[in-house]
Amino acid sequence: MQNTIQVIGLKKSYRDLHVLKGVDLEVARGSIFALLGSNGAGKTTVVKILTTLLQQDSGTATVNGFDVVLQPSQVRQSISLTGQFAAVDDILTGRENIVMIARLRHIKHPHQVADDLLRRLGLTAAANRRAATYSGGMRRRLDIAMSLVGESPVIFLDEPTTGLDPEARIEVWNIIKELAASGTTVFLTTQYLEEAEQLANQIAILHEAGLS
Amino acid sequence: METIQSRIHLFKDMSVMLGRSMRHVSRSIDTIITVTIMPIAMMLLFVYVLGGAIQAGTDNYVDYLLPGILLIAVANSVGYTSFRLFTDVQRGIFERFNSMPVARSAALWGHVLTSLLSNVISLLVIILVALIMGFRPTAGILSWLAVLGILMLFTLALTWIAAIAGLAAKTVDGASVIAYPIHFLPLISSAFVPTASMPSGVRAFAENQPVTPIVEAVRALLFSKPVGSDIWVALAWCIAIMVVAYVFAMIVYKRKA
Ligand SMILES: Nc1ncnc2c1ncn2[C@@H]1O[C@H](COP(=O)(O)OP(=O)(O)OP(=O)(O)O)[C@@H](O)[C@H]1O
Ligand SMILES: [Mg+2]
Repeated sequence: MQNTIQVIGLKKSYRDLHVLKGVDLEVARGSIFALLGSNGAGKTTVVKILTTLLQQDSGTATVNGFDVVLQPSQVRQSISLTGQFAAVDDILTGRENIVMIARLRHIKHPHQVADDLLRRLGLTAAANRRAATYSGGMRRRLDIAMSLVGESPVIFLDEPTTGLDPEARIEVWNIIKELAASGTTVFLTTQYLEEAEQLANQIAILHEAGLS
Repeated sequence: METIQSRIHLFKDMSVMLGRSMRHVSRSIDTIITVTIMPIAMMLLFVYVLGGAIQAGTDNYVDYLLPGILLIAVANSVGYTSFRLFTDVQRGIFERFNSMPVARSAALWGHVLTSLLSNVISLLVIILVALIMGFRPTAGILSWLAVLGILMLFTLALTWIAAIAGLAAKTVDGASVIAYPIHFLPLISSAFVPTASMPSGVRAFAENQPVTPIVEAVRALLFSKPVGSDIWVALAWCIAIMVVAYVFAMIVYKRKA
């Protein structure tokens, strides 16, 4: 079976700081892949390259069968990203944030989609409050809800549970498991081995020497 | 076929972006005060407190003052455009959009159109207040359209400067610092008093900076006077600034995105 994500010899440096020195990885369709690494290991860099936000210096990466450099718009059609820092619009309410993303994805009933996701992420009560008034955990959940709009076949989550309380963390774990059960491929990063072991079918550790 | 489809998407995406950042404007009391209320307050102050002592050569000082007040309103909005762009870059909102199948330029154009639309609305409100204060222009429909055109060009020129600052800035202060020199220009122009009344050094600056010909052209259009060369100088300034700023803004945008 073809892998949903295939990375071969990925290298990336910021000036003379060599962050990625030849990363290889494969993620099977419908599985949960956890990329483990300490601060500055290069997790976010890998995620940015795979989500077309950053270009590698060398090596190839394909997502859902599309090359991230040569076919960026097809890659973007296939993915959803929850970045490391919650990218929500503070001035808009939680519902407006989700509706905005649904409109940008040209989805038929944006308000219905928003209501469903707000319920799933436990944000119904706060739906009509501005995101600026949300707690850190609520912002994170809203951020994840925004990434679930449109049911992309591949979802990237960069440290999705950092800053969540234990209860919210388990909620997010459940959502991730549900996603994989429904056939979505999940690529997540984390700093906790325990989290990776809980969730992932496959774990890779990013450190100085590369991957192991 | 595919290009038509993507055109439609571009316009849809842009209208979503426009709707979003128009909400940012309408939900910011601070923006509304600075961009609309303050110019109106200034107009009231100058007409009713200082106007009696100012020799501008019109029966009603508001007739002289309004074009300058309109440009001040536009200039006051520049810092907010930078700020909104800066926040989007900092908070990762642009990154989110860039990882989605959204036209690359939609996010930036959303901000530019917001600046244009919100300024047009605020200018209309200010003109309405001026009319209540006795502003009696003699312009016909064509002249009004010309005035609107010049003001929109001026807005676009400043908006693209704001875009450079907002996209390139490393800190919030850096993003809005561009607003200060721009705020200054209308103050040293023929907005409040004719340049002939100024000392020669100041006068030379006032007469050779963009705001004075724009103010003069708008004033001439509003009162059916010959626009002379002012209108061409005004257009040249606006278009030149707009093109240069646009090119630089795009360079910065491409590098960021
Ligand atoms: N734009 C940049 N310019 C220069 N250096 C950068 C840039 N982005 C990241 N780096 C450096 O690259 C290294 C890897 O960064 P990255 O963000 O990928 O790490 P990370 O594993 O996600 O870390 P964290 O757990 O802290 O999020 C770090 O040393 C970082 O300082
Ligand atoms: Mg990171």
